[in-house]
Amino acid sequence: MAIRPGVLAAAAFLGLAAVAAAVPSLLSGDPLAADPLHVLQAPSAAHWFGTDQLGRDVFDRVVHGARHSLAIGLAATTIAVTAGVLLGVLAGLSHRYADEAITRGFDALSAFPLLLLALLFIAIAGPGTVSLIIAIGIATLPHYARVVRAQTFVVRRAGYVTQAVAYGGSRARLVVRHVLPNVLGPVPVLAMIGLGEAVLAAAGLSFLGMGPQPPSPEWGAMLSDGRGYLRIAWWASVLPGLIVTLTVISLTVTGRHLQHRFEGRDPR
Amino acid sequence: MRAVLRRIGTGLVVLWVAATAAYLALLAAPGSTVDTIVGDGADTPAIRSQIITEWGLDRPAVLQYLDYLWRAAHGDLGRSYLLQRPVSAIVGEQVWPTLKLALSAAVLGILLALVLALTTRRPWARRVSSTAELVVVSTPPFLIGIVLLSIFSFRFGLFPVSGDHGVAALVLPAVTLALPIAGVLTQVLRDGLDRALDEPFTVTARARGLRESAVLVRHALRHALLPAVTLLGWLFGVLLGGAVIIEQVFGRPGLGQVTLTAVNSKDMPVVLAVVVLSALVYVVLNTVADLAYLLVDPRLRRS
Repeated sequence: MAIRPGVLAAAAFLGLAAVAAAVPSLLSGDPLAADPLHVLQAPSAAHWFGTDQLGRDVFDRVVHGARHSLAIGLAATTIAVTAGVLLGVLAGLSHRYADEAITRGFDALSAFPLLLLALLFIAIAGPGTVSLIIAIGIATLPHYARVVRAQTFVVRRAGYVTQAVAYGGSRARLVVRHVLPNVLGPVPVLAMIGLGEAVLAAAGLSFLGMGPQPPSPEWGAMLSDGRGYLRIAWWASVLPGLIVTLTVISLTVTGRHLQHRFEGRDPR
Repeated sequence: MRAVLRRIGTGLVVLWVAATAAYLALLAAPGSTVDTIVGDGADTPAIRSQIITEWGLDRPAVLQYLDYLWRAAHGDLGRSYLLQRPVSAIVGEQVWPTLKLALSAAVLGILLALVLALTTRRPWARRVSSTAELVVVSTPPFLIGIVLLSIFSFRFGLFPVSGDHGVAALVLPAVTLALPIAGVLTQVLRDGLDRALDEPFTVTARARGLRESAVLVRHALRHALLPAVTLLGWLFGVLLGGAVIIEQVFGRPGLGQVTLTAVNSKDMPVVLAVVVLSALVYVVLNTVADLAYLLVDPRLRRS
C-alpha cells in the first residue's frame, strides 16, 4: 500500500512539532527575549517569522509555543479519552436503566456547544492552563464515550465473552482481559483526530484570553497579541495561526490515513 | 405517534439534565455569591444580610434549585449580579446582532456547500475542493477573520474594520463564520451524493434518459440532504461558538461580548443563562430534525 506524499508531509510536520514540544531549545532561541530596537520587523533571514511588538522573535515563540499548545491539547484529549472509555464501557455493560441514565448524561453534555461549555467551566474555575485542559477534556468526552459504548455492545455479545462468563472468571477480570482490549480498537485513531480538534479549541479559548496568561508563547494567545498590530505587522498574528492550521491538518490527514488503513479500506 | 412522544420526552429529560448540570456547576464555584454581588460597592454587614435575603441565598440548596428550575421553565433566567437587571433583558437586547451574523453565515455556508458539492463532481475538481475543505475546517476561525480583515479592510479598504453598522460590516464576519460550515457540509453532502448515485434508482433515472444534472439535483440531492438535516444541532453549536470568537475579532456587539464579559467578571446568572439557552435551542433543533426525519423517511417509522 503506497503512502501518499501528503500523508508523509503531515507525519513529518507532526514529528517536527513533537521535537519542538519536547526540546524547543534545539530549534530556536529564547522566546521571551525582548529587543526594543527591532520591534515589529518583517520576516527576514535573521527573524524567519519577523518580530512582535516587543521585538521578540515570532519564530522562537512559535517553536516554544508548541509545548504549550500541544501539551494542552494532549492533556485534554487524555482526560477525554480516559473518562470517555471508562464511562462508555460502564454504560455498555450496565443494566438498561443505568445505561439510559449515563447515555442521557452524554446527550446533555453534548447539548452545550463546546466553546460555551468550556467558558462555563472557566467562569467557575478561573482562566488558566489547567482550567483550559479540564474544560476541553469534559467538552470532548461524549464523543469517545458514545463510540466505546457502541463497541461494548458488540463485544459483550461476542462468543469469547460468553465463554469467559461460562468459565466463571470474576467480573473485573472479564472487563480488563476481554472487554477493554477489544473495545479500544478504534480509540487511538479517533484520539488523533480529536487531538486536532482539542488544539483548535484551545487556540480559540486562548485567543479569548482564557488560557495561559502572557508572556507565555501559546499560539492562540500570540494571535490575540498580534491582532492589535495587524495593520502594520500581519506576520505577528497570521504566522502563528498558520502553524495551528498546519498542525490540525497534519493530525487530521495522518489520523484519516490510519483510520482507512485500520478499517481495511483504500487510504484515499 | 408513540415514537414522536418518546422523542419529545427524551428531549425534555436531556434538557433537565443539562439545566441541572449547569446549576451544579454554579454551586461548585469557589468564592461566595455575596462577594460577587457586593463587588467593589459599599460593603457592610447590613448590606450583606440585605443581599442574602433579597437574593434568597439563606434558603436550603434544594429549595434554591427547585426555584431555579421553576423560574427557568417560565422563562425567568434570574438577575445579573453585576448589572442588577433581568438576564432575559440583557440577552434579549444582544441576541439580534448575533442572530443576524449567525443566520447570514448559515445561509451563505449552506449555499456554498450545495454549489460546491454539486459542481465538483469531476475527479480533479473534487481533489481541489476536498483540499480546500480540509484547510478551512482545520483553520481557527479567528485566523480566517484576521486574514480577511487584513486583506479586504486594511489593504483594500472595502469593508469597515469593526462595529455593526450596515450590511457592509456584516460581510466579512459572515464569510468567516460560513467558511468552516461550508467545509463540513460539503464533505457530508458529497458523501451523500456518492451513496445516492450508487443506488438502483439512479440507474433507472439514467436509463430513462435523464440528463446527469437532473439525476443529480432531482434524485440524488434529495437523498444526500437527509443526513445533512441531522447536522442541524451541530450547525447551531458551531454558529454560536464561532460567533463568540468572531464578534471579538470584528469588534461586534452581541451575545459573544455579553458572555465573555460575564465570564471575566464571574457574573454567573448571565453565563448560566447563555449556556442553558444554547442547550435548549440545541435540543429543540435536534428533536425537530429527528421528527422531520420520521416524517420524511417512512422506513424509520416502522422500527
